[in-house]
Amino acid sequence: MNVRVFFLLLWLPIAAQAQGFAGLGATGDGFAVPERGVPLTFPADHGPHPDYRIEWWYLTATLTGPDGTPYGLQWTLFRSALAPEAGAGWDAPQLWMGHAAVTTPDRHFVTERLARGGVGQAGVTASPFVAWIDDWQMAGDTFDEMRLTATGPDFAYDMALLANGPLVLQGDAGYSVKSAAGQASYYYSQPFFDISGTLVLPEGEVPVTGQAWLDREWSSQPLASDQTGWDWFSLVFDDGARLMGFALRGDDTFTAATWIAPDGQATAYPDGAFQAEPLSQSTVAGRQIPTRWQVRLPDKGIDVTVEALNEAAWMDVSVPYWEGPVMVSGSHSGRGYLEMTGYE
Amino acid sequence: MTRVILSALTSHWWRNPVQLFTLLAGLALATALWSGVQAINAEARASYDAAAATLGEAQFDQLVASDGGLIAQDTYIALRRAGWLVSPVVEGRLQGVRVVGLDPLTAPGGLGPVSLSEGADIGAFLFGAGQLFGRAEVLEALGDTGADLIVANDIAPGTIITDIGLAQRLLGQDGAVNRLLVAPVQPLIQRPLSEVAPDLSRRAAEGGSDVGRLTDSFHLNLTAFGLLSFAVGIFIVNGAIGLAFEERRSMVRTLRALGVPLGRLMALIVAELLAFALLAGVIGVGIGYLIAAALLPDVAATLRGLYGADVGGTLSLRPVWWLSGLAIAVGGTGLAAGAALYRLWRMPLLASAQPRAWAMAAGQGRLWQAALSALLLVIAGGLTLWGEGLAAGFGLLAALLIGAALALPVVLDLVLGLGERLSRPGLVQWFWADTRQQLPGLSLALMALLLAMAANVGVSTMVSSFRLTFTGFLDQRLASELYVSAADDAQAEALVAYVTPRVRAVLPLISVELTVAGLPAELYAARDDATYRDNWQFLEAVPDPWDLLARGEGVLVNEQLFRRAGLSLGDAVSVATDTALPIIGVYGDYGNPVGQVILTETLFRTLYPDIGPLRFGLRLPPEDVADLRSTLRDDFGLAEGAMINQAAIKAFSLEVFDRTFTVTTALNVLTLAVAAFAILMSLLTLAALRVPQLAPVWALGLTRKALGRFEVARAILLAVLTTLMALPLGLALAWVLLAVVNVEAFGWRLPMFLFPGDYARLTLFALGAALLAALWPARKLARTPPAALLKVFSNER
Amino acid sequence: MLLTVDHLTKTYPGAEGPVTVLRDISLALAQGETLALTGESGSGKSTLLHLIGGLDTPDGGAIVIEGQDIARLDDRDRAALRRSVVGVVFQQFNLIPSLRVIDNIAFQARLGGGYDANGAAALADRMGLTPHLAKYPEQLSGGQQQRVAIARTLVARPRLVLADEPTGNLDEATADEVMDLMLELVAESGAALMMVTHSGRLAARLGRRLHLRAGAVVEAGA
Repeated sequence: MNVRVFFLLLWLPIAAQAQGFAGLGATGDGFAVPERGVPLTFPADHGPHPDYRIEWWYLTATLTGPDGTPYGLQWTLFRSALAPEAGAGWDAPQLWMGHAAVTTPDRHFVTERLARGGVGQAGVTASPFVAWIDDWQMAGDTFDEMRLTATGPDFAYDMALLANGPLVLQGDAGYSVKSAAGQASYYYSQPFFDISGTLVLPEGEVPVTGQAWLDREWSSQPLASDQTGWDWFSLVFDDGARLMGFALRGDDTFTAATWIAPDGQATAYPDGAFQAEPLSQSTVAGRQIPTRWQVRLPDKGIDVTVEALNEAAWMDVSVPYWEGPVMVSGSHSGRGYLEMTGYE
Repeated sequence: MTRVILSALTSHWWRNPVQLFTLLAGLALATALWSGVQAINAEARASYDAAAATLGEAQFDQLVASDGGLIAQDTYIALRRAGWLVSPVVEGRLQGVRVVGLDPLTAPGGLGPVSLSEGADIGAFLFGAGQLFGRAEVLEALGDTGADLIVANDIAPGTIITDIGLAQRLLGQDGAVNRLLVAPVQPLIQRPLSEVAPDLSRRAAEGGSDVGRLTDSFHLNLTAFGLLSFAVGIFIVNGAIGLAFEERRSMVRTLRALGVPLGRLMALIVAELLAFALLAGVIGVGIGYLIAAALLPDVAATLRGLYGADVGGTLSLRPVWWLSGLAIAVGGTGLAAGAALYRLWRMPLLASAQPRAWAMAAGQGRLWQAALSALLLVIAGGLTLWGEGLAAGFGLLAALLIGAALALPVVLDLVLGLGERLSRPGLVQWFWADTRQQLPGLSLALMALLLAMAANVGVSTMVSSFRLTFTGFLDQRLASELYVSAADDAQAEALVAYVTPRVRAVLPLISVELTVAGLPAELYAARDDATYRDNWQFLEAVPDPWDLLARGEGVLVNEQLFRRAGLSLGDAVSVATDTALPIIGVYGDYGNPVGQVILTETLFRTLYPDIGPLRFGLRLPPEDVADLRSTLRDDFGLAEGAMINQAAIKAFSLEVFDRTFTVTTALNVLTLAVAAFAILMSLLTLAALRVPQLAPVWALGLTRKALGRFEVARAILLAVLTTLMALPLGLALAWVLLAVVNVEAFGWRLPMFLFPGDYARLTLFALGAALLAALWPARKLARTPPAALLKVFSNER
Repeated sequence: MLLTVDHLTKTYPGAEGPVTVLRDISLALAQGETLALTGESGSGKSTLLHLIGGLDTPDGGAIVIEGQDIARLDDRDRAALRRSVVGVVFQQFNLIPSLRVIDNIAFQARLGGGYDANGAAALADRMGLTPHLAKYPEQLSGGQQQRVAIARTLVARPRLVLADEPTGNLDEATADEVMDLMLELVAESGAALMMVTHSGRLAARLGRRLHLRAGAVVEAGA
């Protein structure tokens, strides 16, 4: 079977299905839909929400080796439901997909895992927190202190995560609007992880340290029908402030951003406040992808150039996309991660 | 004008329906035999492909429970969580149907129902009522399970593919799987298997498609048969077209004299032939389908038995047959009509306007034909001596057959001329002379008979030789009366201790894989025992090979390795790092795709001390086998499946061959029937032309009845002479198939045996066919009204 | 002039060098004229007829029919000439054995596209063929077959009828009958007739006579 086709079928139609029921309480097929004003509760919301169609635990980290070489890593677990129930055994309608990657200035390692929910091959529990697929896991007694592992055919990593700041609720207390028509998701982040550990690469083991950022998001209808993809920035400035900003490309580009002060104080910005403009394109995997951007948030005096550490950070997986570490310069300097989807 | 010309052209066929029938029937039969054989081949191949795509048994390493039982699903999860990329397979039988359950998310590349990738509903496969993929008849056999049934003809016969969860439910096997497929690429870090799942053992992938390579041998034989049958058919068509064109020569001349342009005329004749070819092609494909449908169950049984390849017993009509069948019919017509069309094109408008009897016209071509035949036979000789490769083998086959067929009329003419000279003047001499005169008209039909008989002799010699060799080989290879296997080293030790006092000899079977002369091979250990000395035969060997082997002074290799690596006796072969021994003997190893080397057990154990034997051959009187089996089962506790009875294997193999014979015999009968038909049609068409020749003999005092008897005698004489030539040709054909084509295709040479009884039977059959074919025309002749004979003498004709 | 033959030469390759079959033949034939070609076997009279009928091509000279030099025509155009302008009656009848008599009679006219069923029926009746129309040629006697061949030629309404020993295969009584009929019908149709014969008796019944010997005209008479 062509898993690729299968996952394309599974993930992409969400945009089309979302049309016509934006902002309503529930979708026609029984999936729950995010509602403004529902408070998030922890640790329960660290765990899965099987009555929502899709959900992810999305961690990226900018790392530095002993010789100063910059690295990046990614650990992502996606959940996709065929029906709004947890289920058990092979019949459970929950599918899991894991992506792991390590980016160096000149190489990009990536691998993928697929699993059925219900038989123990993959899943997430809230407390103690364990998110796993096969032998990969992100787990700890609390959400603030975790161990992160993944391995592929040509790389592996084993890292420790330690939170030194609070959780940040994106949008309106975790209710994050994704289009002018009102599509939304629940969205919170932990952008304050210190990370350290070992990368296992073909050339040997590399001890690394750095900053990690975890995004948690779940929804049943995240994109409007005209939206074709997104450009998503998570930037960590040298002064300790952080910026999350995204542009959803459609008939009209929809943007949103959250400014996170070094103490974790978050300021959400509505559509239009955040601007991202491609400066130059690279040919990656046979398509044109902008790997240099000008990013602005005038309200905070941000006017920076964001440039990929490695233009070839292409995620050649079931649903291919670009995801890699970036270097930030201009009005502010720092590092971060960039995710770009929907480039054909 | 076109319509007027066409009406004149086609009127010929309505006035000569037998000729039309010969043409269409010959072409249809040729197409039928060809497409029937192709259909069987295609169907069988499609079945293997489906089997391979479904299960990929051979492509992937597998983890199985060491005790042969089920694997707990928890063990599967534990392996996944330890970094093992394995995928579970559930397999079992339900209502006689093989049910296979897969997990499409973890299955290594390309497994699972192929059609799922083409926009199928993955959700429906994984969840809810579930889906069963299989052939219609299999789905029907399974009955109602509540799941959706999806007809998929690319799934192996007798098999249902479904999701693993549903398979577990159907088979009552919740929480357990049968085996795990190991993905070819594994992660960098994983815990050792012995730590995670000590009860599982890893079974290596069976490199490449063994089944495919072996069954190719069978298909090659069938294809050769199909080609020969087609050649026979084309001779018939050539005869029919040649006759029809010759009879229409005067008509063509008249048409042109009346003002029909030559180009238009030729175009219309070609169009007419094309229409016939298409019509006959459609009929032929239909008949071919029936032949294939009738024979396929036997072929399927043969392949399943011989090679363990599952082939569906039913046929689906594939569009490609129609196309290839029609193409072959049109191509064959073109081949058969080419020369006749050319002659017609070049025919001068004003050559003798006398309608010539076609039968008498072929004479001038004789010399040219003899030269071409000689040339082809020389080419065949050259290819035998210097040809290399499969293409040369087939070229040799073609040159030999066509050369011999072309030589037939020349040889018969010489023989009949000799008979004429040696017989006393009078009726007998007239008989020889008259027979000789008939030769041109009958030669195409006789060539068809020659080829049909040669094909039969050749193919039956090949199949019978194969059978003899293979059963001899089984005797050699399965000399032990009982084979037992142990689960582990401890059990093996206990087993040896247990059986040693109860049997005449215990022969351990140990092997290791290695690379010899750059080719993959298996190294086997042989204990110095009378079993080997008594039963093994060598293709080539130095004196006293067993003594040398026992002393560890040499190795034996199988023929495949010997030929592929271009080795010779005495060449050193590496059996371990730093150890190389000379080859002291070569043995036949039919059906094995890989090379094999045999080393004495003592040396093997020194070189590979870690490898202990788990399988043993036991020598004991055959009548004691049953007792030992039950003792081993009940007393020692060995599983029934761990014991194999040699007699059972042999009986099974022979059964398989008998099925092969059914198929071969059926095809033999069909080709001979086609040849007999050709003779019948030639005699019938000649009958009319014969009247003016026979009338004087009749007038001189021979009764019509006697004339009829002469006609029958003539047919039999010609059949006998043709048979005499067909026998050596058939043997040559068999030799080429066994010693040239087989070696080129599969790396081993089959020894050739002769089966005089078979040939005698075949000769009788051929004579019977000729007799039957001659009876009707002879009867017609015997009843020719005297008026028709008298008319010959009237001035008006 | 319907037909003009001018200095016609024809040579065939032979075992001992080329054999000249016709040398420097010239003749002319007007509409409605009848001409007998006589001579020994091998004198070239049949060859001359075939050349005029477009069945063969000359080596030198010209054959002009209705102002057209047929020696210069290609195979197609010569075929067209045989369909419409010229009609040939052969010694061997050359009927199509698989067609019924009626279809044989109609054949050439149908080829030319001018078949008149009523005219054909009347002609068949005049020739005594009416009872035989549904038969096949092999069921007829030789005289009847030649009548069919003549009818086939005349139904196509040619301007020039060429006959090559049309009665050579018939006994004398039948030959006279057939000849009477042919001359009568040709005269009625207004066509010109050129007939090869070795019989002086028959030749005398035609308007003019040309005697060939060894490929040359040795005698021309009225």
